[in-house]
Amino acid sequence: MRILRILLEKEFRQIFRNPAILRIIFMMPAVQLLILPLAADYEIKNVNICVVDFDHSTYSTRLVNKIKASGYFNLVDYTESYDKALDYVEHDQADLLLQIPPLFERQLIKEDNASLFMVLNAINGVKANLGGAYLRSIINDFNSDVRLEWIQLPRLNPQPMIQVSSINWFNPQMNYQIFMVPGILVILVTMVGSFLAALNIVKEKEVGTIEQINVTPIHKYVFILGKLIPFWILGLVILTIGLILSRIFYGINPVGNVLTIYVFAAIYLMGILGLGLLVSTYSQTQQQAMLISFFLMMIFILLGGLYTSIDSMPMWAQIFTKFNPVTYFIDVMRMVVLKGSSLYDIRFHLLAAAAFGVVLNSWAVINYKKRN
Amino acid sequence: MMEDKVISVEQLTKRFGSFTAVDSISFSVSRGEIFGFLGANGAGKTTAMRMLCGLSFPTSGKAIVAGFDLYNDPEKIKKNIGYMSQKFSLYEDLTIRENIRFYGGIYGLTDGQIKSKTEFMVQHLHLEDQVDKLVKSLPLGWKQKLSFSVAMVHQPKIVFLDEPTGGVDPVTRREFWTMIYEAAHEGTTVFVTTHYMDEAEYCDRVSIMVDGRIDALDAPSELKKKFNASTMEEVFVQLARKAKRGD
Repeated sequence: MRILRILLEKEFRQIFRNPAILRIIFMMPAVQLLILPLAADYEIKNVNICVVDFDHSTYSTRLVNKIKASGYFNLVDYTESYDKALDYVEHDQADLLLQIPPLFERQLIKEDNASLFMVLNAINGVKANLGGAYLRSIINDFNSDVRLEWIQLPRLNPQPMIQVSSINWFNPQMNYQIFMVPGILVILVTMVGSFLAALNIVKEKEVGTIEQINVTPIHKYVFILGKLIPFWILGLVILTIGLILSRIFYGINPVGNVLTIYVFAAIYLMGILGLGLLVSTYSQTQQQAMLISFFLMMIFILLGGLYTSIDSMPMWAQIFTKFNPVTYFIDVMRMVVLKGSSLYDIRFHLLAAAAFGVVLNSWAVINYKKRN
Repeated sequence: MMEDKVISVEQLTKRFGSFTAVDSISFSVSRGEIFGFLGANGAGKTTAMRMLCGLSFPTSGKAIVAGFDLYNDPEKIKKNIGYMSQKFSLYEDLTIRENIRFYGGIYGLTDGQIKSKTEFMVQHLHLEDQVDKLVKSLPLGWKQKLSFSVAMVHQPKIVFLDEPTGGVDPVTRREFWTMIYEAAHEGTTVFVTTHYMDEAEYCDRVSIMVDGRIDALDAPSELKKKFNASTMEEVFVQLARKAKRGD
């Protein structure tokens, strides 16, 4: 395949002569892997809370101190005015408002029953939800503290209690970075594969060199292979850089065999490059190709299970994720890195990736025409 | 009169929707001929040429190029033709040597052939000092001469040139035409579109397209006689004035 060799020679010369591509290849993994995982953290800290205390009793002070001591909350203000506190929420200075009603202590002691009122700022849904849950658990805790002080518990508790203790399998410390970094690496490999391949081919259309190629007797399969192989290799190079960086900076050592990741990535990249090729056959300019790729990537990434759990998506979205190649790679990465899954464990993922490769590339090849 | 026809076209037509870009044109070109393909902007020259090169499907009509049928054997045609498009089609981020190697390579030349071709071309174009420089650093005139040489790298039977001398100075144009003459002299048929009427005078025969049709086809001297004009420019203006579609 001498013609293929000539094509590859040319592509690699052009890639290594293009500083923008080199920058993307080396800078993108560095920036995305070193900065994003630190920021993209599910754990919520610094929930801004404002307490409205109409009671000013020992118990209300104890509760506030307990909240402060938890380390999750940041007391914005401790006030007696509900309106003032609501103002903080309305101006986004507070995420949570806790109101302790008058006579809180008295009711608690006399009637064994007291109520509290909570306002959540739902602009940032995640923060409100988690902050609310933290606060509830602190109050529960406070509640049992109070009970313990008052009553001498009998030897046999009349109310049976089930205590649950849990252990985080595969990720004992629930380290978000171990969870996020492999996923971000998938996004990186995917973006580089599809964007660069699509842009490269469309650039030839834009400049007009593709015309010169189309007027030669070169077979379109050879031409397409010559375009895809360089980016297939680049994708694997980026994966390698990413794995090395995540080992150095996050100490992530895949539990499973790294080769398993490479086998999957090699097949997966064929599908992704097919996608890039497909986009290029539908676009005339690099701008169009960029916009189409971007549109697809947004959907693939947001519905890929990196940031949100697929299991909690509505049914239609869950079905959609079956047609999202990114989902499979993120899954495989997490399985291999965290669980140590083997090739046999990911056999269905491999099959899916191969199917994407076949479908997308056939579609693209059919749609790629030397003559129109 | 059955000389060696390398291109014969019969009622070739190309429609884009309701627009007829090329309207049932018929002509033939002989081996070694320099065939000028003239017409105002939008007359359909490039579309016709693209069909003959196998870049565009004809809507109807027949064409035999370099002995092969346009519908059945486009890839065999491609082995035997060279094409230089209006858009500059060398890779600007490759050197002269690398461009020659690339195009020579995809036409199936061996390393030895590529090497001797490169030497010959570089010497011929006096580009010895530039051979390892990126093509983007060359002046336009040299780029176009290089493009032409690259289109000829596989010694095609026919070379199609689409406005090859657009935007270059008269001296370079003259040099370019010297190259065209050399190619024709060696037996290559040259099919060239142009807007420069002095260039039309250099052709063996010219056809003038108006609104997708060929309105005149003959040697420049015959056309001038027929239209009672002293220059090809006058002939062209007389015909082009009838055009209904503009730019």
